[in-house]
Amino acid sequence: MNKLRRTMLFVPGNNTSMVVNAGIYPVDSLMFDLEDSVALDQKDNARFVLHEALRTINYQYKELIVRINSLSNGMGQRDLDYLIPLGKVAIRLPKTDSAQDVIDCEDYIAMIEKTSGLTVGTTPMMAAVESANGVLNAYSIAHASKRLIGIALGAEDLVTDLHTKRSPGGLELNFARSMILMAARSADISAIDTVYTDLNNMEGFRAEVEMIKQLGFDGKSIINPRQIQIIHDIFSPSEKEILDALEIVEVMKEAKKNGKGVISLHGKMIDRPIIERAKRVLETAKVTGQLARIEDEYNE
Amino acid sequence: MKLTKRSISGTLESSDIMITLESSADGKNHIVLNSSVEKQFGDSIRYTINKTLTDFNISNAYLSAIDKGALDCIIVARLKAAIYHSVSDEDKQSEVFKI
Repeated sequence: MNKLRRTMLFVPGNNTSMVVNAGIYPVDSLMFDLEDSVALDQKDNARFVLHEALRTINYQYKELIVRINSLSNGMGQRDLDYLIPLGKVAIRLPKTDSAQDVIDCEDYIAMIEKTSGLTVGTTPMMAAVESANGVLNAYSIAHASKRLIGIALGAEDLVTDLHTKRSPGGLELNFARSMILMAARSADISAIDTVYTDLNNMEGFRAEVEMIKQLGFDGKSIINPRQIQIIHDIFSPSEKEILDALEIVEVMKEAKKNGKGVISLHGKMIDRPIIERAKRVLETAKVTGQLARIEDEYNE
Repeated sequence: MKLTKRSISGTLESSDIMITLESSADGKNHIVLNSSVEKQFGDSIRYTINKTLTDFNISNAYLSAIDKGALDCIIVARLKAAIYHSVSDEDKQSEVFKI
């Protein structure tokens, strides 16, 4: 199973308070930002802050990702010069329009890995799709490198490119979300949804999280710790789902032992996709700790 | 390295430090520290600043710092940024910045 990436919290790279305290939030991934949240004249400052903080502070089990600047103006390369030698962060490439963007970034990373004495190929990458071209090329982007662990949607730039704006229901993002999800599943990498920026509309946020969960996304980029619990609640299986999954896996094992080809449970046929989904529920519950809690309760 | 122009890095926000760096008139290092945690950590902050200046082989700094409770790693980061913006383009290429 891919690593859990339900919540990916944006941390502005030049905000020292947020950078040093980011570890206290119970997110799956921290995404330190050197791009849009950092003013042009503060890029060097933010780069030094992240370089020192990431090699000093223990963020425990969290996945560490840095959103770098574009490679088209030379700033992205300087970000990579400082970050790759640390050997502990994944790189999120912004505004990925084509597979070639991923390949160019990968080549530069490989060069630094080599000169830093790191094993070439060990730095993971994510690609953020934020334009019409990026959406249409999502499949080739997702397959462009073995380093890719995920593909993410960046909606603010995308809606500008589409000559529209974001709406509460997200109608304008339907095609992009579907393309990114298909591309991610095809390449067996994570699909990460875009940020929800209206912090005063938690009901709207909840509805969007429920929608992207139903679509099949693995998680969402977030901009505020208040958004964490809602995502974790929605993306974690319910107790009933876990118990049903345990029962399905048990019945499957029993049928296998008895050489039965067709399995049924409570009058319903259990076929391969249902078993796969049950296994996925149990894998998620294992990572979230829910499975251990349920097993403890039933063993008491 | 030689400091060639005045530079400022950092902010006055909590957990940060604002450093103003310029070359001194007498060719020696001078540190003027104003910290909200001076009593507890003043010596430690001065040590971190002095060590970083030494790492960069800088001996002509007039450094003024207003500290708002920055961790050591942030002090080093802000000072590195100030040095980076104060030295020549040639010195900016030094690998010491990446260590």
